[in-house]
Amino acid sequence: MTDKIKKAGRHISQNEGLIFEKSSPGKRAFELPPLDVPAADPAEALGPNHRREGVEGFPEVSEVEVLRHFTRLSTWNHAIDLGMYPLGSCTMKYNPRVNEFVARLDGIATEHPYQPQELSQGCLKILRLLEKCLLEITGMDAITLQPAAGAHGELTGMLLIRAYLQKQGNPRKKVLIPDSAHGTNPATAVIAGYEVENIKSESHGQIDVEKLRDQVTSDVAALMITNPSTLGIFEQRMTEIAEILHAKGALLYMDGANMNALAGVTRPGDLGVDVMHLNLHKTFSTPHGGGGPGAGPVAMKKILEPFRPVPILVEKEGGRLGLEPMRPDSIGRVKAFSGNFGVLVRALAYILAYGPEVRQATEDAVLNANYIRKQLEGVYELPYSLPTMHEVVFSDAIQKKNGVNTMDIAKRLIDYGFHPYTTAFPLIVPGALMIEPTESESKEECDLFVDAMKAIAEEAAATPEIVKTAPHSTRVRRLDEVGAARKPILRWKSAGQRNAAD
Amino acid sequence: MRYLPKSPAERQQMLAAIGAKSIDELFSSIPERFRLREALKIPGPYSEAEIIQYFKDRAAENSNGYTSFLGAGIYNHLRSVVTDAIIQRGEFLTSYTPYQAEISQGTLQSIFEFQTLMCQLTGQEVANASMYDGSTATTEAVLMAERLTGRQRVLVARSVHPEYRDVLKTYAKNSGLRVEEIPFAANGTVDAQKLGNMLKDDVAAVVVQSPNFFGVIEPCAPLAEAAHASGTMFIVAVTEGVSLGLLRPPAEADIVAMEAQSFGLPPSYGGPFAGVIATRDKYVRQMPGRLAGQTTDSEGRRGFVLTLATREQHIRREKATSNICTNQALCALAAAVHLTLLGKAGLREVAEQNLSKARFALSELLKIPGVRRTFGAPYFNEFTIELPRSVKIVNSHLSREKIIGPFALGTAYPELTKHALVCVTETTPRAEIERFAGALKRALEQPI
Repeated sequence: MTDKIKKAGRHISQNEGLIFEKSSPGKRAFELPPLDVPAADPAEALGPNHRREGVEGFPEVSEVEVLRHFTRLSTWNHAIDLGMYPLGSCTMKYNPRVNEFVARLDGIATEHPYQPQELSQGCLKILRLLEKCLLEITGMDAITLQPAAGAHGELTGMLLIRAYLQKQGNPRKKVLIPDSAHGTNPATAVIAGYEVENIKSESHGQIDVEKLRDQVTSDVAALMITNPSTLGIFEQRMTEIAEILHAKGALLYMDGANMNALAGVTRPGDLGVDVMHLNLHKTFSTPHGGGGPGAGPVAMKKILEPFRPVPILVEKEGGRLGLEPMRPDSIGRVKAFSGNFGVLVRALAYILAYGPEVRQATEDAVLNANYIRKQLEGVYELPYSLPTMHEVVFSDAIQKKNGVNTMDIAKRLIDYGFHPYTTAFPLIVPGALMIEPTESESKEECDLFVDAMKAIAEEAAATPEIVKTAPHSTRVRRLDEVGAARKPILRWKSAGQRNAAD
Repeated sequence: MRYLPKSPAERQQMLAAIGAKSIDELFSSIPERFRLREALKIPGPYSEAEIIQYFKDRAAENSNGYTSFLGAGIYNHLRSVVTDAIIQRGEFLTSYTPYQAEISQGTLQSIFEFQTLMCQLTGQEVANASMYDGSTATTEAVLMAERLTGRQRVLVARSVHPEYRDVLKTYAKNSGLRVEEIPFAANGTVDAQKLGNMLKDDVAAVVVQSPNFFGVIEPCAPLAEAAHASGTMFIVAVTEGVSLGLLRPPAEADIVAMEAQSFGLPPSYGGPFAGVIATRDKYVRQMPGRLAGQTTDSEGRRGFVLTLATREQHIRREKATSNICTNQALCALAAAVHLTLLGKAGLREVAEQNLSKARFALSELLKIPGVRRTFGAPYFNEFTIELPRSVKIVNSHLSREKIIGPFALGTAYPELTKHALVCVTETTPRAEIERFAGALKRALEQPI
């Protein structure tokens, strides 16, 4: 190990097979209290056609083996709790443990959405307060907390737009999406029944406002914009863009994935945005959990309020709260029950911890990104030079000359003790290195990251092979992704199943 | 602020390094007139103790101390404390989607195990890493069938969860799908004859739920046969996964859409849960959602990666099979841990206890004058009864005795006013079942 690797050291990594391979008949990890009613005979109760014997292949292991199995697996992951996770666009910030605690309280985790609303006032008050906080932060008029994730929020937002335009007689045909957008944007527009027209950014990475005037025709339903863009740059002509759309009867959708750059500093509602989603698992710190669960509330202007998905949270006489299952113009239901409530609880706990000081978090996030930009500018190429907000995008153009690309640098970063940044996105930057430190990193951690990135740049020049074959310190080396896709193995099979297949 | 790791001096040092005079300078790209001058009007900042107190106060305004007989898509089951201990490990809780396989093997292998468990339970060949929930999984299963058949008519049993059907209708509205509903027969199962009349070679999918919303177990094999005869895909939704510990899996289905809430996830006022799509190997390329696959590293060791990503939005954009990105990974992990703890014997015993308790509850309730069983077909841990008066009035009486009564079917099924869906699981003690029966008897004896 080189003396430049300051953050990481060698660590024992225990081997662990699949749980199915540890199974042995008769072992168990769970016991039930004895049955206190007469035992039913399944054959008699279900009839001959519905019964199954035990689930073939299901594991039979003891409690200690289960605990060790998953604990060992967990040690093979990088995590926020271990250190910086500078994935651009993902906002991997600290996930406060008190949020986990309150989401598990009796009376919170135990509640059923069909229980009487008079016995659910606590849950409904949580939802109401979260609604109010998010409306204040976004500067919008109305909100739904139903969507389960960002992309689900996007879909909800696009369906709101469609319903609004439909009500006026014509849902229109097209949605404009900048070439720097997240992949979910075009995928969502299609599910909402729209054609996608990709629009090119101008040379500074901003929306080409002059061109946009021609692109917004009476066929256009909306523009889906991410602000700050995926380049980490604020769209400076946001209100002009909104005006162009509104003049033609189209609406402005904002992907709120990058709200961590704006919270407490400026409000999308004031910038002309008609509808937006928030990723509570980004800006509002609910844990990513290896890929979810999230929540994607959608905030909107007054004109879209009648179309909100059901159920709708309402205040009744005497301050009681209720969920209304029907509204005449509603787009309908986007998910069963009442949103990812447990995630909403965590987000509210996060907001309450900051209160108005959420602005300080935003400032620190932007400070960290600019600090890293300043230190690495010149070491890595900076393709777009407008001011950086919460994330900075470099390219691998300098290292490419030695045959080292962004993925190689990312993999080498692992050896230095960091999770890679986002690679090869946004698509408008060839060989992108997209770095989002968030406010959760100290100056010390930022400095270690900068040192690591500089050291890798030196290696890329002097000993590129080390970078190109990284990571060298992980329990597995680079994995054969092509082989995995060519001949997919997507589940474990018992010896019997394997023999049957042969 | 305790979550922010910088001192004022460090902030100054960093600004100096950047060459900025003030933090405001870093926000100069936001036009001056749009920058907030005043503090946001939101409560806080709260200390940890204040946050806990706020939520404890809210919890006290909910249903603590009540015994519930609600199911209807969300089920109370025993959960081992081990599950929470594992999913609260920071390495699982605070990691991202495992795109960087070399430092995400823990998440990837556990997804692979989850996929395997879901295949074993459902009798299918491949299962994905999770969808948002059962309702969106069911909808995505229908969209998948539409892509595979090129047909746009969908027949959905009325005995499928009403909110699942609502979600499908929301998605269908703009995609040209025509959704029609299949009536139920007198015994509570899908009306096979009516289904036969509706089936033509323009039907993409037949969707049933088993056990269905009335708690009744559907005869999937003959329904699948009827669907397949028209080249139609047969989709089975499962809202109560524990039933699969005892019931023959819907192996004849082309797609199974399952809600995994019953596997170690608390009701949590409706989420987060985890949806699952399981299907045949041959349909995998039209499947939505992430998949973990087994492969080898450059030195020949077994490892796992996200695979077949060319179906997904981050690669295919507008041509993707779905727009899903973030799914319910931690919930899927909880389900995998829970099912591993239960194991073969535990899952069987839980399922058997559910069956026994539900049968005991029904027999107790049928002793009450005027209470009748609505449907004759076999059931698992939920059943429908008819009361001699309004379910809502009865439930308000029960509420006074700290009982949350059964789900009133009248709103979703106007022909079933006075019918109620009762759920009993292994968590319901015999004494509470008896107390419920006694309270119901008294409620029905009250003068109107």
